[in-house]
Amino acid sequence: MKKIKNREDLERVRKRIVKKSDPNKPCITISSGTCCRAYGCQKVTKAFITEIEKLGIRDKVEVKTTGCLGFCERGPIVVIYPKGIYYQRVTIEDVSEIVTETILNGKIIDRLLYIDPVSGKKFVNGEEISFYKKQMRVLLKNNWLIDPNKIEDYIINCGYTALSNALFKMTPEQIIDTIKRSGLRGRGGAGFPTGVKWENCRRANGDLKFIVCNADEGDPGAYMDRCILEGNPHSIIEGMIIGAYAIGSHEGYIYVRHEYPLAVKNLKIALNQAREYGLLGNNILNSGFDFNIKISIGGGVFVCGESTALITSIEGKIGEPRAKYIHTVEKGLWNKPTNLNNVETWANIPIIINKGSKWFSAIGTEKSKGTKIFSLVGKINNSGLVEVPMGITLKEIVYEIGGGVLNGKKFKAIQTGGPSGGCIPEKLLGLPVDFEKLKEAGSMMGSGGMIVIDEETCVVDLAKYFLNFILDESCGKCIPCREGTGRLSEIVERITSGKAKIEDLELLEELSHVVKDFSLCGLGQTAPNPVLSTINYFRDEWETHIKNKTCPALVCKELIQYYVDNEKCTGCGVCKNLCPQKAILGELKNPHSIVQDRCISCGICHENCKYNAIILSSPRGKN
Amino acid sequence: MGIVTLKVNGIEARVDESWTLLEALRFLGVEIPTLCHHDGLTPYGVCRLCMVEIEENRGTKLVTSCLYPVKEGIAVKTHTDRVVKGRRMLVELMLARCPNSKTLQDLASKMGVENIRFKMKNEDCILCGLCVRLCKEQMMSGAIGFIGRGEKREVVTPFRTRSEICRNCGACMYICPVVELPCRGYNPQGELCNSCLRFVPECVDKYGQIMCYLESCGSCVKKGEKNELVKT
Repeated sequence: MKKIKNREDLERVRKRIVKKSDPNKPCITISSGTCCRAYGCQKVTKAFITEIEKLGIRDKVEVKTTGCLGFCERGPIVVIYPKGIYYQRVTIEDVSEIVTETILNGKIIDRLLYIDPVSGKKFVNGEEISFYKKQMRVLLKNNWLIDPNKIEDYIINCGYTALSNALFKMTPEQIIDTIKRSGLRGRGGAGFPTGVKWENCRRANGDLKFIVCNADEGDPGAYMDRCILEGNPHSIIEGMIIGAYAIGSHEGYIYVRHEYPLAVKNLKIALNQAREYGLLGNNILNSGFDFNIKISIGGGVFVCGESTALITSIEGKIGEPRAKYIHTVEKGLWNKPTNLNNVETWANIPIIINKGSKWFSAIGTEKSKGTKIFSLVGKINNSGLVEVPMGITLKEIVYEIGGGVLNGKKFKAIQTGGPSGGCIPEKLLGLPVDFEKLKEAGSMMGSGGMIVIDEETCVVDLAKYFLNFILDESCGKCIPCREGTGRLSEIVERITSGKAKIEDLELLEELSHVVKDFSLCGLGQTAPNPVLSTINYFRDEWETHIKNKTCPALVCKELIQYYVDNEKCTGCGVCKNLCPQKAILGELKNPHSIVQDRCISCGICHENCKYNAIILSSPRGKN
Repeated sequence: MGIVTLKVNGIEARVDESWTLLEALRFLGVEIPTLCHHDGLTPYGVCRLCMVEIEENRGTKLVTSCLYPVKEGIAVKTHTDRVVKGRRMLVELMLARCPNSKTLQDLASKMGVENIRFKMKNEDCILCGLCVRLCKEQMMSGAIGFIGRGEKREVVTPFRTRSEICRNCGACMYICPVVELPCRGYNPQGELCNSCLRFVPECVDKYGQIMCYLESCGSCVKKGEKNELVKT
């Protein structure tokens, strides 16, 4: 490929690609994000190619692998264009049928269509599915159309127009002004206005400035950034070049965690292609502006998602945070002014430049603008990535997009913001999602994880899980975070094992506030949030654990007891054979019984009993 | 050299603009407890004892005074309820980890920490980083450093073997607030001592002419018999 020399040349290249492609040519796209790969989408892709070659229609049908389509639960998803037929959970066995029936005969295969679990309706077109209908997919839209390894696909979808507009039609000040007026706020969680950050960095003293993209996404159950990195890496690169031009930087870093191998691979390919095309490197599009991007791969430390820890990690030192009294925009990477933004923030930039700040600021609430991607997971029917406008209520996300709680169970709470966030109970489901409102409710936006929990989840157990996560991931530099979270987890452990006194709850709260106030970085300052928010909204449940030694959700192992219902037990002996502790006694065809001293509450008997004869009770000792 | 004006506990003060808040507060005679701070080393900000509350244009916030550069117009409050409570809890946490450190026991007595609500651990190191910084910055050696993360963090020589660049100067031992002669209070090792707190100096009764400022000179203790201290 010859380098694109200038603005006009880019348009010529775009026209050439458009001319080459035929919109009416059947195109099979297979979603190939990490989750779909786990479902075996690569085998499906291979099967499609061999099937098409077998039939000799290779030049008549296009096969394309795209990034994640968001509806991860239903993967691998195959969309057939130009009609946009949406097949879900496709396996290798379905491939030949799809090719002969749908591609050659134009028939729709009913069993592969998505059926709405609530209304029972079938949908041919993906856009109409309730999961997608309520969403506003701005950032994720292109994931449907683009093969992340082909820059041509990005260019055909208005790719790099924002860059050429920014470089040739706008001054750096105008760009910063546009971003400021758009109201875009950092998507990493803190929500600092992006335009203001850029302006401060531009004003900072020093000729050498750095741009950093934070792609070290580590919250349990959140993978929005991975989706963009894997599915549309060029949008991040374009955003970074525009940002660099606005700030006056010539060197950028993308810090990716090493747990995202596909993201790293796709990013590397995208960077090389952009360089080949002359869209990255020296003298971009002959504008005289130079910018280079390097990839820095993290070592698997959660705290390196914190900006100062990330910066020291890029420098090759131990990834530990430092106090931010001197901001990174003044002294960051190698003590030079550094502008660090999240993946999602960077991906928003080209869209704002293309569509204008007015369009962007029209979406959302007064203080939070634009759209935000959330990963909706947990006990929910439709789990996956959802992109919604700011200000949408949690209720709409859970019930309309998410399709309600799994197996018709009762909704209990939604945990937003990962280990730094908190639980929001059912009574606050009408809460509009924006930075301020979530914070007021004792949670936070965070990077965008949303975990739905139902009545079968114990909030104390949930708080314990997040505390232990933080304890494991704390860097150990400052005392409140290292010692404090350790002690918090000790107290919660006491509570879940029924050894706590009521004073422990007070101590837990007191210590939580100290850890929150006195910790060095964001990790420690938000670590007690899961504890504090659950105590705030579910105080009864905490107190029942302590006073009655009961776990109402029947989760905490040391507070529950399994026993056999003699009336239901048929004496089949399945549980007896499966019990790892040999704690179940009884003779064939006679009701069995559990020896409580030996039972470790593993729950294997409960899971495998066909007659629901194994019953759980809490507190212990009742039988 | 510029001068900035700030308010400390309601009193206006003028200090050098290149100072950190801790330097300014100590210059002004305000006592701020610290553990990981040393005048000869770069501030590290991990013990969090030196945190104070400041009022800037947007409400109050807690800052680490050893790292915070003084700014024009800030109002500092050094001993608010929130700060003092937090400091006590921090000392409690530290003592629960290293109960045999005299420095920490003294801090506890000074701040009035009278019981520890956590299980005692009896570790040898509080991970304040003084030795690591001293070795690197003042002894120009860098023979020790941190390894591990979180609870597994510890100070060791590279690969836990005898370091070739260690000169056995002993500076690390000199500066360590934990590895020192344990407090000689009358409580058994591994518990909160608080002797100093409950200490009623006999000097006043026995030696009326001696001026005692409650600094533990120890002369009265030495002369008396062991375990003779009076509980109030």
